[in-house]
Formats: sequence, structure tokens, C-alpha cells
Amino acid sequence: MERKTLFRGWLLPAALVAPQLLITFVFFFWPAGQALVESTQATDAFGLSTMFVGASNFLALLTDPDYHAAILRTAFFCVAVTILAMAAGLLFASFANRAIKGRFLYRTALIWPYAIAPALSSVIFVFLFQPQIGMITNLLARFGVNFNYTANGSQALALVILIAAWKQVSYNFIFYLAALQSVPRSMLEAATLDGARGLHRFRTMIWPMLMPTTLFLSVTNIVYAAFDTFDVIFALTGGGPGTSTDMLVVKVYRDGVINLDLGGSAAQSVLLMAGIIALTALQMRLTRGRAT
Amino acid sequence: MKKRPDFLAHAVLLLGVLLFMFPIWVAFAGATQSAAAINRGAISLVPEFRKLGVFVQALSFSNANAPVWHMLLVSFFMALAIAIGKIVISALSAFAIAFFRFPLRMVAFWLIFITLMLPIVVRIVPTYAVMSDLHLIDTFPGLTLPLIASATATLLFRQIFIAVPDELVEAAKLDGAGPMRFFWDVLLPVSRANIAALFVIEFVYGWNQYLWPLLVTTKGGLNTIVIGIVQMITGDQLIPWNLVMATTILALLPPILVVLAMQRWFVAGLTEADK
Repeated sequence: MERKTLFRGWLLPAALVAPQLLITFVFFFWPAGQALVESTQATDAFGLSTMFVGASNFLALLTDPDYHAAILRTAFFCVAVTILAMAAGLLFASFANRAIKGRFLYRTALIWPYAIAPALSSVIFVFLFQPQIGMITNLLARFGVNFNYTANGSQALALVILIAAWKQVSYNFIFYLAALQSVPRSMLEAATLDGARGLHRFRTMIWPMLMPTTLFLSVTNIVYAAFDTFDVIFALTGGGPGTSTDMLVVKVYRDGVINLDLGGSAAQSVLLMAGIIALTALQMRLTRGRAT
Repeated sequence: MKKRPDFLAHAVLLLGVLLFMFPIWVAFAGATQSAAAINRGAISLVPEFRKLGVFVQALSFSNANAPVWHMLLVSFFMALAIAIGKIVISALSAFAIAFFRFPLRMVAFWLIFITLMLPIVVRIVPTYAVMSDLHLIDTFPGLTLPLIASATATLLFRQIFIAVPDELVEAAKLDGAGPMRFFWDVLLPVSRANIAALFVIEFVYGWNQYLWPLLVTTKGGLNTIVIGIVQMITGDQLIPWNLVMATTILALLPPILVVLAMQRWFVAGLTEADK
């Protein structure tokens, strides 16, 4: 859609978009272009000379079992986080949408966690799960469970999934609640009769109406889990122990910034770029469906 | 007929509230206890109310780089600069794209849109190189400028601006108002609610940054509170857990307060902006 009533001139609008475009060029397009160039180059061990190596960085990456493992790990992580966070968001939203006393308080209590910094979510969970001081760690120890995410890889992975999902629940809650609020009241009441019948009605009547939101959130949550969980993971485990929480976004940081493998890191950047372009395109298609 | 309370709904929702309150409560209660008790693994859920002074004490606590009050200030100004910066440059570019026809208009629009697909993780090393070439490492502009570009905010403003009734524009023109007068006197006031929502979203976004400050700040002077706290728990020395917990509570408060204060606009804006 476009406007019919307009102002004239081109100098003023050009000046108005200039600041945004300038920032976009300097900090987005220029570095992204550099990533493309660097991904085809290799630097010698002393950083003295750089040469063109074609697709060999990509070939090295795509034939590297470590990278395969990181892809699989990330895929598992994304699916787990998405399912947990969306299920919790939908569960709380459908109850918070009922006409019960205090529902506005409940809503606020489920919305504010949106404001928690991802990195600080991990810090908060350290207070609960740190091997020495963690409150829940000590509780588990009484039942004979030895919980130590700094040494046990699968426990670390489980904890990172839990925190990343925890952080995302309020976002999903907000969207599901908004979607539920547009479902006709009478329909909702029919479906909220408790027990098996209510559940059945929820599945056959409400769930289909929530489909556009569910699809939209699925993509948003996968993008979140794949690209925005660096903070959660890096603050808690740094990718360890070993490589057990080394997701793609953590690996690109470790290889590029810490281990200074520029070519390899740039090639990873380019592959991640391809991934996010595909996901954004998918999201755009779904959003168009949702808007109508 | 009187309905009995919906026990199931209350039970589920209380569980949800607890899921988020409990970890925060542990941090709050822990902050008021002695570091020694916490180190023994004996955090109590009952806070010691006479030790609430720890939250003031924490302000001057330092992670060896900068005191907490300083890091809170850095975070505050960073969040403010990012939120205001994003709103200003996005409103201006959306105004240009919606209300003018100029060469390469759609190119400009798409270039802004594409930034959605270039999050920092996909251009991390080269972005650092650019920052370093521009001498922006360890500077406040370096910390904030690159985070100010915003496709989401631009798209939202464009959507609002396109829906402004033609009559309003004609009336302004008849009054002899130029484009900038119109922008200032008509467009901004009609988008007040959206600006409020964007402010919340972007303030929270700015305050909560971790990866970017981690990359561009190497000295203590520009440490944000989020960076500072993560450093506190990763050191080798004995960690004063009570002060770390108090600091964490202090760091959580500002964005939470902003969301609570502006909840209504924020919720409407979020579901609108992310479409």
C-alpha cells in the first residue's frame, strides 16, 4: 500500500533517510561484505599474508565432523527451546484469558519477565544450580542426584535449554494472549469446561484459530533459539564443558574472536547469514498470511 | 447460579508466577545473607530484612574494573541513547519513505529491511575490524551507534504513517505547513502510543545487550552492568555472592520498571511491531 497525498522534493527525504542508511552501510553492509570476502581467504599463521582460497574454507567447514555435530546440536537445541517455550506460553495464556479473579495481576506477572536480560537469566540460574552454592543443586544432592553443569555435558545442555526457554515464555505468552483475545467469547466458554471434554473442544475449536499465531511464533522462536541465545549460553557455560553447549553462534564467536581463525569464522558467518535469510523469508510468507 | 472459583486456572497461573518469581526471590533473599553462609550452600528463602542495606552497599561494590553505580549509569545512558536514537532515525526515514517520492526510495527501504537478516553474530569479526578502523573501540558512540539502525521500528512507523488520513495532510498543506512542520505537529502526536511502545521495547533491548558490549569494550570505564555481573561470577577468586545477588537485583529493576509502567502500550506495540 502507498500514500496518495505526498510532499514534493527529493533533497529533504534523501537527507531524512541518510542517517539510517549511513549506519546501515557502515555497520551492516560493509562488515557483511567483508565476511563474504574473508570467507574465501586464508591468512598464514603469522598474519602476514592473505590469499584467495576459493571455497576451501566452506569445504573444510562442511566436511568437519565438529561442525556437523554443532549443526545437529543447534537443531536439537532450537526444537527443544521452541517447543518448551511455546507450550508454556500457550498454557499460561489460555488460563490467563479465562474470566477469573485477578487475571490482570496474573497477566502482569507473566509479562514482566520479558524485561530480564538473557545474560542475567543465566546468572539467576547460577544462583540455583551452581555446583557449590546452588539452592536446587543442594536440594538435589539430598536426593542423591549429583548435578554439576560445569562438568557434565548433558546436564549443561539441559540447563541451557531450560534457561533459553524460560526467557522466551513471556514473549509467547503475550502473542498467544493477544490471539486468544480475538477469539469470540462464546466459543471460548464452550471450550473452557474443564476435563476431557474441554480439552477436546480446545483442540477442535480454539487450536485451529490459533494456527497463524503458532506458525508465526514457531519461526520467531527458532530464530531466537538459533541466533539470540548467545548471551544465555556464553554467560553460563562459554560453550562447554567440552563442546556440549557449543551452538553455531557460540562457535562462530569462539573460532573468530577467541581463536582468531578469520577465514573459518567468516565462512561460518556466511552460512549463518544464509540460514537467517531463509528463515526471514519464511517468516515474511507466514506474516502475510497472518495479516489477512 | 453462583460459579465456584476456577481452581485449575488459579493453580496453573500460580505455578507460572512462581516459575519466574522463585529464581528472583532466591537472588533477593540471598543478597541479604552472609557470603559465608551462601558459600556453605545454605541460602535461606527467608530474607534478613535488617540487612537490606546490602543493596546500597552493592552500589559501590566493584568487579575490579568499575563500581556497580558506574556500570548502572553506563547501561542507563546506553539504553537511553539506543532507544531514542532508534526512534528518531526510524521515524525520519519512515517519514521520507511514506510521504515522498524520491529516486531509489524502494532501494533505501529494502536496504533498511535487509538489516533484519544481518544480526551481529553473522558479521562479528568484520564488524570488529570496522569498529577498530574507525577508532570506535572503547567509545560510547561505538557502544551505541551500530545498535541504532532499526528495520522493525522503521517498518512500524511506515505502517502508521501510511494509514494517516489524506484529509489530515491536505488540511496541513492548506494551512501552509511544510513537511517538517507536518511531521512535528501532526505525525508525531498521532503516533504517541507507538512511540511509547517502541521506547519500552528498545530501552529493554539496549539495557540487556551483552554480546556487543563484550566485543567493543575492553577497558572498565565503559563496562555495562550486564557485562560486569557476568565477570563477577566467572572470576577465580572467592565470589562475594551476596553482593553479586544484590547487584543482579539492581540490574534487573530498571527494564522491569519500564515494562511495568508502560505495560499497556508495550503489549499493543510488541504484537503490532513484530508482524
